[in-house]
Amino acid sequence: MKKNLETQVLVIGGGATGTGLVRDLALRGVRCLLVEKQDINAGASGANHGLLHSGARYIASDPASAKECREESDLIKRLAPHCVETTGGLFVAVAGDDETYIADFTDRCIQCGIHTQAVEIKDALDMEPVLSPETIAVYSVPDACVDPFKLSLDNLADAQAHGTAALRNTRIVRFEKSSEHIELVHLENHRTGERFAIKAEVIVNATGAWAGNVAAMAGAKINTLCSQGSLIITQNRLCHRVINRLRKATDGDILVPGGTVSIFGTTSVRIDDPEKKRPTVAEIDAMLPDGIAMVPKLADTRFIRAYAGVRPLVQSTLTADDRAVSRGFALIDHSEDGISNFMTITGGKLTTYRLMAEKTADRVCAHLGVGEACQTRTTPLPATNAGKWTEAGLTPKMWFQKKDPSDLLLCECEMVPTSVVDNISANIQEQGDQPSLRELGQRSRVGKGPCQGAFCSLRMTAHLYNEGLLRADQGLDELRDFLNERWRGVRPILWGQAVSQAELQEALHCGLYGLELSE
Amino acid sequence: MVIGAGMAGMAATLFAAQQGLHVVQAGLTGEVIYASGVFDLLGVYPPKERRVRNDPWDALNELVTAEPHHPYARLAPDAIRTAMDTLTAYLAEIGLPYKGHRNRNTTLLTPVGTVKRTYRVPESMWAGSQALAAKAPCLIVDLVGLRGFSARQMVETLGSAWPDLRTATIDVPGTSVHGPKYPEHVARMLEVEADRERFAAAIATHVNGAAYVGLPAVLGIYQTSEILADLEKHLNARVFEIPTMPPAITGLRLKEAFERHLPVLGVEAHYHHRVFDARPLPGGGFKLQMGKSEPEHSVLADRVLLATGRFIGKGLTPKRDGIHEALFNLPVHQPKHRDEWYAGTFLAPQGHAVSRAGIETDSQFQPVDAVGRVVHERLYAAGSILAHQDWMRTKSGVGLAVASAWGAVKAIAKQVATSS
Ligand SMILES: Cc1cc2nc3c(=O)[nH]c(=O)nc-3n(C[C@H](O)[C@H](O)[C@H](O)COP(=O)(O)OP(=O)(O)OC[C@H]3O[C@@H](n4cnc5c(N)ncnc54)[C@H](O)[C@@H]3O)c2cc1C
Repeated sequence: MKKNLETQVLVIGGGATGTGLVRDLALRGVRCLLVEKQDINAGASGANHGLLHSGARYIASDPASAKECREESDLIKRLAPHCVETTGGLFVAVAGDDETYIADFTDRCIQCGIHTQAVEIKDALDMEPVLSPETIAVYSVPDACVDPFKLSLDNLADAQAHGTAALRNTRIVRFEKSSEHIELVHLENHRTGERFAIKAEVIVNATGAWAGNVAAMAGAKINTLCSQGSLIITQNRLCHRVINRLRKATDGDILVPGGTVSIFGTTSVRIDDPEKKRPTVAEIDAMLPDGIAMVPKLADTRFIRAYAGVRPLVQSTLTADDRAVSRGFALIDHSEDGISNFMTITGGKLTTYRLMAEKTADRVCAHLGVGEACQTRTTPLPATNAGKWTEAGLTPKMWFQKKDPSDLLLCECEMVPTSVVDNISANIQEQGDQPSLRELGQRSRVGKGPCQGAFCSLRMTAHLYNEGLLRADQGLDELRDFLNERWRGVRPILWGQAVSQAELQEALHCGLYGLELSE
Repeated sequence: MVIGAGMAGMAATLFAAQQGLHVVQAGLTGEVIYASGVFDLLGVYPPKERRVRNDPWDALNELVTAEPHHPYARLAPDAIRTAMDTLTAYLAEIGLPYKGHRNRNTTLLTPVGTVKRTYRVPESMWAGSQALAAKAPCLIVDLVGLRGFSARQMVETLGSAWPDLRTATIDVPGTSVHGPKYPEHVARMLEVEADRERFAAAIATHVNGAAYVGLPAVLGIYQTSEILADLEKHLNARVFEIPTMPPAITGLRLKEAFERHLPVLGVEAHYHHRVFDARPLPGGGFKLQMGKSEPEHSVLADRVLLATGRFIGKGLTPKRDGIHEALFNLPVHQPKHRDEWYAGTFLAPQGHAVSRAGIETDSQFQPVDAVGRVVHERLYAAGSILAHQDWMRTKSGVGLAVASAWGAVKAIAKQVATSS
């Protein structure tokens, strides 16, 4: 990497917002550099519910957000259809739920322009047989599911096609300021240890829950709260549509289908540092009964993984309930803090990422004196290769079509063949990085099936050695890192059959291989 | 009646039959396919300090002093040694010889390139520990299509300490399609002499003076000794097997050998049968319902030895509200809350609290309740279902199964003798 790069705009953070922003700017002809301290979607964008909100969830708590969601979800369905599964959604109340909330639901949806329709209970049970027999009211809404990995990877790929550069594993070390201006941003690649500096006309902080920390490094102050939300993934898909609890938004009230699985959540737990997120047994035990009331099958479903994401809540006043703090986004121009070329975009939702990017890009362009108008409102998002492999069920389909028996499956649960792993590692190498097990797992379905990576991790490691991508005892470190990382998501859902799987994994990796015996 | 067909169930059945007891055995042997086939006694102690032990008897001494509730502490070291010797003597008799040092652990190469300590290895793995000890010129061979077994991985990982280690990759002759290869498939093929010769010929071109040749564990299921001898003759080198990841044949060999030979000792075996229900009878014995997928018939038993294993074996049922024993609803020693079952890191050296949960027994291997009272006068337990042990982290799975089976059978025999 050359020292002292120059760019028009430096975007910090490679989540939905950051990648959406560089695409928006690139399409207006602005030269950007995106830096991400870990990997694309390492933050909330890779750890959310994947619900493309119709807005109905926010009709009572935040009607303005509800309207934004309605408009933006319509746009994404039209402009990035390959990232969306238009499942539709239901709002479902069960015996004991608040009658007034149910009664007001239709009117509130209408006020926000959200199309809704009452569904007969009998029909609802036909549509979604997993619904509770205690169901008392059902409304349909235009909810959908979105694949956030595909979305961000495709946004970045299109931006790169329009001249944007991106650096992963690169974090901010410090901001070098003159009196009113950030002159240089000092960065470090934490893999290679290499340090360098960037000169940019405008710097945008799009670091989600980390926004407060990054702003503070620049000497600006914003009050953000970190609210952890945990989710659990079922082994099989339980429902066709998104199922929301018809009540004031709270914990454990949404079940979202995604490919071959369903995802249930979420929770809301205050944490002081986004790095400390991890799903806990207590959260899962607390939210499951709510889910079971709506979908009784959740009581005996097998879960394969839990994960947690962190919501940045931009704080106006401290309140006891984090859901009362606005989920609308905040675009903060730090010229008010005396830094003329620095702004922060945070908060919001995945569903509104494009709008957040547009508004931010407008402000950036005003600053740069660029007159081009936003194109992401009208130009479809091209589907690229980079985001292709995360879709569950895609690799089995392709593998069967190809019928090449020498293309061995490395992951049998999710049927990921060698050719897909090779394709992804080539992709990572093109970006100048060494593919690790963890990254291969993030970019594919490898390790996401019921075996939790116990077997495919071994097959992948052996394969990477055969390809010369691992040397000396790197494979042992890779295995340890991969297994420990997977464990975070498995630990809270260990009961029932998953415990046998964990035992098998430990018998193999510890009992036989002794991987725990050295660091 | 022995319930369970894992290592503890098999060993208990053998020991009981040798004692002249009339034995009925029922249990699924499916999980044996996960067994590595090597017999650990005690390879690491204490796990928290990651102390790898060359002398298992020394380690055992420390363990029984530090952990008086450990199942090993219920037995004299001599009894443990006799139990292991009795089992390996029997296995040698039925064609599955095991090797090891009298007082020391031996070493074993694993496919990820680590070196494991274990007490007894199948004869087919024995040369590997000698090659490793001497750092002798050695060729490791892998097979096209056998996933998760890379010779290159082992050589990369071990090579800095063992410069004379080389690799070769061969196509399994006679298999035309380039699909995946499974150890069982290759093993069955090698049982045929002509195929074995072609296999040896494919390796021979790579030997180039290597004194040892390491292969994934595929050398037959029934005639491993013959296949090994044949290959050594063809290759003019010592040949050894390296365990493979599941599905492996090392466990299958044990399963097949036991299933074929235990009935010869007069054992009434119901493999592939599960016990669905067990009820104590007023007279003191038990009535057990068993069958393949549903209860088909019942057995009356004077005494029951419970060797149903932990979670994989389905001896213990882990529910969200706690761990339950599946057949007799025995009290299970366990952490208070599910939150304490597992450590935050998978590879945390001290292991997971849930692994030490299980059935508590008295010195006669009879399950007891929380205050130490025997639950059923004629019920015994052995193997991994026992509490206060973590076989995965101390590398003691087979030793624990066999030793506790020995202890339980001795206690049963004593009870039978005094009651008649
Ligand atoms: C549990 C949960 C469920 C959710 N469900 C939904 C849903 O169903 N639908 C929906 O629309 N929205 C949902 N959301 C909200 C949505 O996920 C977020 O609003 C959105 O992903 C935020 O994107 P972002 O790019 O702003 O932030 P992030 O995705 O968090 O991106 C910030 C990035 O900045 C990087 N970074 C941080 N510090 C630095 C640094 N110093 N240098 C370089 N890089 C840095 C991080 O690594 C990270 O990748 C959910 C959120 C949570 C937590």
